[in-house]
Amino acid sequence: MATKTYREALNEALREEMHRDPDVFIIGEEVGKFEGSYRVTQGLLKEFGPMRVKDAPISETAIIGSGVGAAMLGLRPVVEIMTINFILVGIDQVVSNAAKISYMFGGRAKVPLVIRTPGGGGHQLGAQHSQSLEHWFAHIPGMKVVAPTTPMEAKGMLKASIRDDNPVLFLENLALYNLRGDVPDGEYEVPLGRADIKREGEDISIIAHSRSVQLALQAAEKLEQDGVSAEVVDVRSLRPLDRETIVGSVRKTNRAVTVEEGWMSYGIGAEIAATLVDEAFDYLDAPIKRVAGREVPMPYSKVLERAAIPSADDVVAAAREALA
Amino acid sequence: MKVRTEKKEQLLDFYRQMMLIRRFEEKAAQLYTQAYIGGYCHLNVGEEATVVGALSALGPDDYVVSNYREHGHALTLGSDPGAVMAELLGKETGVSRGRGGSMHLFDPEHRLYGGYGIVGGQIPLAVGMAMAVQYRGQDRVVMCLFGEGATNIGAFHESLNMAKVYRLPVLFLCVNNQYAMGSTPNEASAVPEMVTKALAYDMPAEQVDGMDLLEVRDATLRNVEQIRETGEPRFLEAITYRFRGHSMADAGRYRTQEELRRWQERDPINTFVRYLEDEGVLTQELREQIDASVEEEVERATQFAMDSPAPDVADLYKYVYAEDGQQ
Ligand SMILES: Cc1ncc(C[n+]2csc(CCOP(=O)(O)OP(=O)(O)O)c2C)c(N)n1
Repeated sequence: MATKTYREALNEALREEMHRDPDVFIIGEEVGKFEGSYRVTQGLLKEFGPMRVKDAPISETAIIGSGVGAAMLGLRPVVEIMTINFILVGIDQVVSNAAKISYMFGGRAKVPLVIRTPGGGGHQLGAQHSQSLEHWFAHIPGMKVVAPTTPMEAKGMLKASIRDDNPVLFLENLALYNLRGDVPDGEYEVPLGRADIKREGEDISIIAHSRSVQLALQAAEKLEQDGVSAEVVDVRSLRPLDRETIVGSVRKTNRAVTVEEGWMSYGIGAEIAATLVDEAFDYLDAPIKRVAGREVPMPYSKVLERAAIPSADDVVAAAREALA
Repeated sequence: MKVRTEKKEQLLDFYRQMMLIRRFEEKAAQLYTQAYIGGYCHLNVGEEATVVGALSALGPDDYVVSNYREHGHALTLGSDPGAVMAELLGKETGVSRGRGGSMHLFDPEHRLYGGYGIVGGQIPLAVGMAMAVQYRGQDRVVMCLFGEGATNIGAFHESLNMAKVYRLPVLFLCVNNQYAMGSTPNEASAVPEMVTKALAYDMPAEQVDGMDLLEVRDATLRNVEQIRETGEPRFLEAITYRFRGHSMADAGRYRTQEELRRWQERDPINTFVRYLEDEGVLTQELREQIDASVEEEVERATQFAMDSPAPDVADLYKYVYAEDGQQ
């Protein structure tokens, strides 16, 4: 075990996978010479050369689409999209091509593609650069969408994503890149499609993904001071969604709060709440509470941005309502 | 440089505007380092001749859309420096009422229809604005500014094609500052000169020395006049250089100090000063006067921004949808 940052863990996963499999290559804006906008690909151009670490023009449609094409011929592209906001420029290639090719061609082709991208807000980047859109992709059959929250998971899930034969949207977050944590030495994978109980508890389940898991953990600490034992479920995989773990937790605690940074309407909390109503209705002692970003384009102003993004206190307040 | 038709006062005003941008941006950099400004902050330092030369050539009824590197654009178009600085600080008195920030200045009273953050995203808007101009039979030109990096995105190509097909009065102004973030046209573009891309759409296109204010101004005046006469789109590529990083967050490791120094020797402000001195327009005394008044203006703008209130949290949901009577 060694302590590493989330960023270093991702970098290691990329390096190891590129050594293991000559078909793995990286393409994205500023991933090579610039060493990555958030330095995740640092050192890789030097180590693997420009055929395998491809600096791309500002052309998201062609970056993603060429990744799909290369994947159809058996390469394993890891596409870096600088932030999830820019994926919108190339979304047609994700939704109409990457996600459909296996099915539309009767299983005669596959797209082993990874799209790595950070999402979320909180850095005063304004309306066009602060979005949480991962559930758009989780809506699409044929896609996998995962969001690791620890350095250990970042490495293990990136490896699993690269080895997966399907297109995977791999969600990162600016606020997680410097997070430190234990990373096992040697080879391991963290399987996709499984949620993880980040903290065990008895009284209420707080269900979150990506950076919101940190809010959930902070809220759980605060609740503990009031004698409330909160369980934190890290969804980790938005598609496929590990309904079993989520439902299992709520059957035990009988109360649920969902947390997400994106907008509430039609969101991840909505999907989870519907699942709980379907599969744990008789176990629920209170209405399910959802915490989410306020439904505004992200304002630049610090005070407004702070008001727009969910906080640990919002989670605590929602939990209290569910416990009342 | 040729004999000028501009009056002495106007030439001095160009100097003043370039200095205003330089000092304003230096102040913004300082305020960013002190965390008064957050998010991304992209500066026009080094591009002053392109900015002032091009935007000063527009008429009072023309329109401008730009990208996120637009502080200087707003200032040249006549925005109040205080309201621009207040936007950078996220204040209610800012040009976008603190909602937009550095990348999203908006000031229609001064012809600026926005700075946009998705590369190339503003280019189709310029086409639509020109459609409105054509639709209403007006004598107006839309200037659309973008970087050379933006010519690699689909929206650029779709927009140039459409502007030509519909014969729309747009001046596409490519600010070629040599770098996107760390990548150069040599690495990212199939053709080294962006004018080539416009020629593919059968659009008149020329290059101009973006470090020379009067060259840029002449070229822009000429192109704008042609657009007014023909109603057809044109393309201008200004060759310039950004002296600072891509944004405040960029350490600039992808270029050499030597390269930076070479370009700094062609600092657009120094070049223009030499010209004004040779022409006997600018004296040492006059220069000191202008510089002092610029410093004072930037100080005033900063003070105004600092003293302005932040938006009221109770207004978080205001403006998500247009309200009756909203301008
Ligand atoms: C679609 C999209 N992709 C990537 C980015 C990130 N990004 C912001 S500015 C920039 C470089 C743009 O370069 P250029 O068009 O030359 O303009 P400059 O910033 O040099 O003025 C990049 C890659 C973005 N904002 N939008």
